[in-house]
Amino acid sequence: MSEEPDTPPFSTVDINNDNRDDEDLFASAVQVSYWNPVLLTCCVCVRPPAARRNVDAPLHDEKLWNLQHSSNLMVEVSLDSEVNGAREGIEKAAISDAPPSINASLASPIMEEIATERANNIIITITEPQKIGEGMSSYVAYRVLTKTNMPIFSKHEFAVLRRFSDFLGLHEKLTEKYLRSGRIIPPAPEKSIVGTTKLKMTSTPSTESANGSSAAGSVQSQFVERRRAALERFLNRVAQHPVLCIDPDFREFLESDTELPKATSTSALSGAGVLRLFNKVGETVNKITYRMDESDPWFEERSGRVEALEACLRRLYGACEALAGERRELSARTHEAARACAALSGADPHAPLSRALSHTADLHEKIEHLRLEQSNTDFYVLAEHVKDYLGLIGAIKDVFHERVKVFQNWQHAQMQLTKRRENKAKAELANRPEKIEQAANEIIEWEAKVERGQQEFDTISRVIKKELERWDEVRLHDLRHALLRYLDDHMKHQAQSIRYWDAFLPEARAIK
Amino acid sequence: MMDCVEETNHDPLSAPVAQTPGSVDPKLEKKKPNENVSLADNSLLVDISDALSEKEKVKFTVHTKTTLPEFQKSEFIVVRQHEEFVWLHDRYEENEEYAGYIIPPAPPRPDFDASREKLQRLGEGEGALTREEFLKMKEELEDEYLATFKKTVAMHEVFLQRLAAHPVFRNDSHLRVFLEYEQDLCAKPRGKMDLIGGLMRSMTTTTDEIYLGATVRDVNDFFEQETTFLQEYYSHLKEAVAKVDRMTTKHKEVADAHIRLSSCITQLATREQPPTERFLTRAAETFDKCRKIEGRMASDQDLKLADTLRYYMRDAHAAKAVLVRRLRCLAAYEAANRNLEKARAKNKDVHAAEQAQADACAKFEQLSARAREELIDFRTRRVAAFKKSLLDLAELEIKHARSQQELFRKSLQVLKECQ
Repeated sequence: MSEEPDTPPFSTVDINNDNRDDEDLFASAVQVSYWNPVLLTCCVCVRPPAARRNVDAPLHDEKLWNLQHSSNLMVEVSLDSEVNGAREGIEKAAISDAPPSINASLASPIMEEIATERANNIIITITEPQKIGEGMSSYVAYRVLTKTNMPIFSKHEFAVLRRFSDFLGLHEKLTEKYLRSGRIIPPAPEKSIVGTTKLKMTSTPSTESANGSSAAGSVQSQFVERRRAALERFLNRVAQHPVLCIDPDFREFLESDTELPKATSTSALSGAGVLRLFNKVGETVNKITYRMDESDPWFEERSGRVEALEACLRRLYGACEALAGERRELSARTHEAARACAALSGADPHAPLSRALSHTADLHEKIEHLRLEQSNTDFYVLAEHVKDYLGLIGAIKDVFHERVKVFQNWQHAQMQLTKRRENKAKAELANRPEKIEQAANEIIEWEAKVERGQQEFDTISRVIKKELERWDEVRLHDLRHALLRYLDDHMKHQAQSIRYWDAFLPEARAIK
Repeated sequence: MMDCVEETNHDPLSAPVAQTPGSVDPKLEKKKPNENVSLADNSLLVDISDALSEKEKVKFTVHTKTTLPEFQKSEFIVVRQHEEFVWLHDRYEENEEYAGYIIPPAPPRPDFDASREKLQRLGEGEGALTREEFLKMKEELEDEYLATFKKTVAMHEVFLQRLAAHPVFRNDSHLRVFLEYEQDLCAKPRGKMDLIGGLMRSMTTTTDEIYLGATVRDVNDFFEQETTFLQEYYSHLKEAVAKVDRMTTKHKEVADAHIRLSSCITQLATREQPPTERFLTRAAETFDKCRKIEGRMASDQDLKLADTLRYYMRDAHAAKAVLVRRLRCLAAYEAANRNLEKARAKNKDVHAAEQAQADACAKFEQLSARAREELIDFRTRRVAAFKKSLLDLAELEIKHARSQQELFRKSLQVLKECQ
């Protein structure tokens, strides 16, 4: 903690001045991407914070916040001049006294928000999951297609092949860089050893798209499809974030044609995995044992709200999953009923009735697929959405915890400072000048640390506030969007059902 | 009924929950006597005007209106239990005169165990549900119970109506007694012994079927075909009934799953800012309405598809019974033939044997002719009934899907407007 690079205020920049003229652009972006009807393709566009109705935070507060930040970090300069329009005053700040052991990316810092103050538009789709290799060393590669008009990217449209561990690696990198500063990092999809192993063990060269529900390996393709959708949502959430979006690692992930170095530490069955597990356990213990006295009522209220929301969403998730499960089972049973009808039609000697019954069987087979689609809608549109938010709440909790850690640090420094002061007083009483001098030096050192700790704490608190405001807004928007899409999809399913039965009516009438 | 609901609400874990269906007495007011009977003939009209569920048994009020001179009055009412219906059915089955006829299958025993069990499970799982969800589930179950009840009544009614409309069966003395006699018929609720007896009887029927099928050479192609057809058809029907039943129960569960979804969204709504709250409350309402439509869809499938299949499954069974009786008769005829040969060989009692053989022959011929007519009739009846219920099913499905679609469309409109 104490090795944190010194970050003296270098410059103050006003970066919020091009906010206001983006409103219409943003509106059109919403029009285009939020209503994209393509099933299972989650389209998100980046919203400039300017378009938010920021009720709670008055403008000067925001500026103050930005000042704090721009003073605090090393600035990313790879942005080209179009983006930089508003940021003449920013200088590249090299932190001179940063310990060399900390590599640049780790020490790197909260990124400027400036790049996304413009109405940027980025849509990421993941397609064509394909199995590469055979046996235990095989893996599934996903094609990540990005469409954007952000000038920060060299092209408007590009695609790369990435495997699951690359996504985890990306998440890890982002966490390393941004968790300390209080950013809510969208969680990456969970690993599933069972699912992966099953997938590896299937010898079928299932290179076909997982969307098609072919009978063979439907469980596998379901697994892949779930993961594909989850990965897509993960990337889009990152892309949606004003800071994470312009992170060089993220851009490299999207753009770089070369294969990324294999992220070994993400594998579940590795030394790093075990280490991570230990760390996690330690963190959890710390979480349980350490209680910080909350001085900020905002945080107290927010963390309570987040907890309540989590409980609520957990129940909702259960309900959605139950519905999807019941419907999936209904689909299977419809299939059985269809088979039984087919058998019955075969045994019926009355030709028109037999024909009608076999049409009934066909109809039920169609309805079986329809119900599977309905179940998919239940699952992908609602349940997965809720699950994502449960994950995001986890990320929020991490951020809260990070703040507690920073607070702990600060308090520790404070304690040390008091101790040194006492030492100095003692030394003065004992009248030992060499000790006094040493103590005075220490006091200066610890004073700086306390100041830094406090600053860090203030910063993280401020970032979290801003992040949570953004998050809450995105959350409501997403929820609304998910529900509307859900209803829309189900409406289409019903229309399909009407068509099926309409086509059946004349068959029933034809029975003589 | 409402009392029961109230009572169990306070203490849903205690016994009353399990007993609720038993003590409920849904009075079913029926309209005029069913029209489909009066189409054929108005001289004997039977309907079940009322039914009462008491603990384990259901009491049916059988109302008869007649112009036939055999009856003492032109209109009368008796109270009958399910066992008495079974008794009546058994009398028809026993009567050799009716051996060639397909006897309308006896109505199935009133079975509320499924609903009762569900209600009990609901009581046990109550802790996991909110009060609102619990009430909705309970309401659903009560609806389900009522539907089962109505269905049971309808099946008993159909049984009597088929007998009353039948040119031969309507003149049976047992039927008259059943309709007219005001006291209890001595058909005690079947005890365990009776159940075993019933089991034995059905076993003998089955073994007869197999034994006779294997030993007696049938001379008639028509009946041979009919036997294989019915056997195959019956098993397919049975399979179809089971599968469709499974499907409809699951559909019902899908509908029920909406309850939790809707209540969770409502819960979420209470924590949000007013505009979002409004939005979410509307969405929750939509899910609740959607549940109702899905539920209706499920019960219509049950009514139109599963029940038709089920009825004809039992009818096919009755038709099979006719064939078995015919085979039995054939066996008797062959035995008479053998007796006659023996008698001729011994030259003893030839005349009596000749007489017996001629009787058996006549009886068999008559039975065969009757059975042939009945089986042909069964086929046409079946086709007409299937056509009707398939048409009804399709129309109802379309109707429900339309209203569902309309519901989604409207709520989408409303939700989009509400910011």
